[in-house]
Amino acid sequence: MVEVTLWGSLGALAGGNSKVEIEAKDIRELFRKLAEQYPGLEPWIDKGIAVAIDGTIYRDTWSKELPQGAEIFLLPRLAGG
Amino acid sequence: MNFDPRFSGRKFTSVGTRPIRPDGVDKVTGRARYGADFNMAGQLVGRILRSPHAHARIIKIDTSKAEKLAGVKAVITAADLPDLTNGDAAMYDVLDNCMARTKALYDGHAVAAVAAIDARTARQALKLIEVEYELLPHVTDVDEAAKHKAPLINDAIFTEGLEEKPVKPSNVTKRSQFGHGDVHQGFGQADFIVERSFKTEQTHQGYIEPHACVANFSSDGTADLWVCTQGHFVYRQHCAQLLGMEASKLRVTSSEIGGGFGGKTHVWAEPVALALSRKAGRPVKLVMTRDEVFRASGPTSATSIDVKIGARKDGTITAAEATLRYSCGPYAGSWAEIGAMTAFACYKLDNVKTVGYEVLVNRPKTAAYRAPSAPMAAFAVESAVDELAKMIGMDPVDFRIKNAAQEGTRSSYGPVYGPIGIGPTLEAVKSHPHMKAPLGENQGRGMACGFWFNFGGQTCTDLNIGMDGSVSLAVGTVDVGGSRASLSLVAAEELGIAYEHVKAVVADTSSLGYNDMTDGSRGTFSSSMATISAARNAIKILRERAAQMWDIAVDDVVWEMGHAVAKGEKHGNLGKLSLKEIAVESGKTGGPIAGHSELVADGAGVSFATHICDIEVDPETGATRVIRYTVVQDAGKAVHPTYVEGQYQGGAAQGIGWALNEEYIYGKDGRLQNPGFLDYRIPVCSDLPMIDTQILEIPNPNHPYGVRGVGETSIVPPLAAIANAVSNAAGVRMTHIPMSPPRILAAIEAEREWSK
Repeated sequence: MVEVTLWGSLGALAGGNSKVEIEAKDIRELFRKLAEQYPGLEPWIDKGIAVAIDGTIYRDTWSKELPQGAEIFLLPRLAGG
Repeated sequence: MNFDPRFSGRKFTSVGTRPIRPDGVDKVTGRARYGADFNMAGQLVGRILRSPHAHARIIKIDTSKAEKLAGVKAVITAADLPDLTNGDAAMYDVLDNCMARTKALYDGHAVAAVAAIDARTARQALKLIEVEYELLPHVTDVDEAAKHKAPLINDAIFTEGLEEKPVKPSNVTKRSQFGHGDVHQGFGQADFIVERSFKTEQTHQGYIEPHACVANFSSDGTADLWVCTQGHFVYRQHCAQLLGMEASKLRVTSSEIGGGFGGKTHVWAEPVALALSRKAGRPVKLVMTRDEVFRASGPTSATSIDVKIGARKDGTITAAEATLRYSCGPYAGSWAEIGAMTAFACYKLDNVKTVGYEVLVNRPKTAAYRAPSAPMAAFAVESAVDELAKMIGMDPVDFRIKNAAQEGTRSSYGPVYGPIGIGPTLEAVKSHPHMKAPLGENQGRGMACGFWFNFGGQTCTDLNIGMDGSVSLAVGTVDVGGSRASLSLVAAEELGIAYEHVKAVVADTSSLGYNDMTDGSRGTFSSSMATISAARNAIKILRERAAQMWDIAVDDVVWEMGHAVAKGEKHGNLGKLSLKEIAVESGKTGGPIAGHSELVADGAGVSFATHICDIEVDPETGATRVIRYTVVQDAGKAVHPTYVEGQYQGGAAQGIGWALNEEYIYGKDGRLQNPGFLDYRIPVCSDLPMIDTQILEIPNPNHPYGVRGVGETSIVPPLAAIANAVSNAAGVRMTHIPMSPPRILAAIEAEREWSK
């Protein structure tokens, strides 16, 4: 079980929860279960969400493992110049 | 990922040196080929007809007269670029921006295009195209556009991110929010509070090279595109999707690039050139004029930002809040969202809240500009921070040091930081001689901090070892700032050979796997990771070949300083085999030697910078002169320090122009008044002092060499540093960028009036 923090706008789509608990071992499972439990998040996940694991920002690489006890933070996918 | 990306702390031989840039001679002699330098036999000249109206419904386009003009080979409208985006809203916006479909949404919006045998004929043809418009009310100001009564730009847009779905459409496309703690409670603990509103005008990246391409569509349905871009693989994806092609049937070759800074990260005219070539059956060259670049490519947002920061007497910030409104042009974007994320990222805050609003206006489609959205947010926040320090009676550097984020701090955008460099940049500034240098009359000093995320992303690299032992490196990230040199240094470092024996090229889209574009300061970060991986794969083969040459087990062969070395007592008589010696025999030991790598480079470390600026203000005219400028920035590891310094200086130079002069000026008719470098004034050499740099190296733990991106962060602090300097020099707080002479003079006179 990992605790996932959602950025403000995303939390509103997850029933107003800024933190949710998900049983997931990697990013793929995290996204799949988030979409199952909170269908409002699915379009955002499809558009692309970044996952910060202990402060390091990853994209949606499915195989990236989520260590137990790690801080998992979902962020918008950003544009750069 | 086929190798360990973690920082290893190794000692370097090649990395960190300053060899002569490999593209330098061609660039200074004019031999380098930019977008407009490519030509094909039989090519036609493409030209685009653009709307003179800020907002208008397109009733009818009659191209018949243009089509009959001798020398015209193709005329296209939106009908020739049908919607193939299949519900992809972002790509539909790109398509509509390339060629207006039902409405012209800004002055300069493309409505038709021609391909003709020469430029004169093409221009004549444009005049023969008859467009019937129904004029609509327009809005170009970000604050005006956000009002309920503003002319509606897209009646299908309802504000996203609100708790309840709105019942009326709006120009505000999205609300986003970040933060933690309780700002209301935090402000209650504050002894001092600064609350101010700021504005920044829209600016263009100002790249010297305009958008340019040559498209050649073959009758067999395949096509070539030679183009100036920051991401030829991305351009291929966009063009293939919009033209209804398989990506593999379109080969895109990137030219040298005369500046991009985010403005060349998605297509503007390239699908038009391809559609013209497809219709005409001949190659089409399309080069934007400077007027078109200003009116119809993507500048950055104009912004309107409210900031409130509170602190205790001891200098501890207790709460920080910002509301940010960013213009997006006429299409939805996420620019305020990024501003909201970056605004307070430099600080350790228990209570912070930022809210961003994306606002549609009748201006060109906003594009990324070097750390997009962060400079404007930093301007507002760092101005308020400076004012708060003054109010408390603290030195502005000490105040920032006291509140700076550090490892373990929860960032204002959410996650907890790993090792970061904001503290060290501030300490370096505090002890820098610049901070102690005396100032003259009417001169002021300002400093400010800045933050940028930095990205990684999809990356693919090929490393080929020739039979003479020289190395060809094919990368897929366009070289916008010296990456061919830095990646050659990385290949030389890994292989243990001299830099001079490595030649890096940017491969075309048919020669290499997909690469994300060069944005987010990812070029050297990502491609160096792939280059290290490719080199290590090549070394594995080199060891196998050496083992074969010695007839020993490969496990007994190690790679040291560019040589295969046999380990173990029984191999004591074997000498070393150099890379070259192994390469010479490769035809007999198994054929070509190469290393390949494809990966998603993750873990780009965030980056911080602190800038110092001295400005002299003429109180009679409001004219300014930059006296001295210093950039201190964390690079993680500077692979080629001269290029890193160049990035620092370039960001500062662009920031100086943005802060003091550059701005899109619209008339009441919604038309851009200054689409040229005479009236839109970017800094020239005589406007700039020598920009000093100091590179800090706080290793990124997620890169083998500790590399962080360096390209963007340097443009984040200048607006604020310069505003603080001007405010100190003029004795009045400047809240509107650019601080052009009339604006400074007006502020000085208003202050004099108020003081009476």
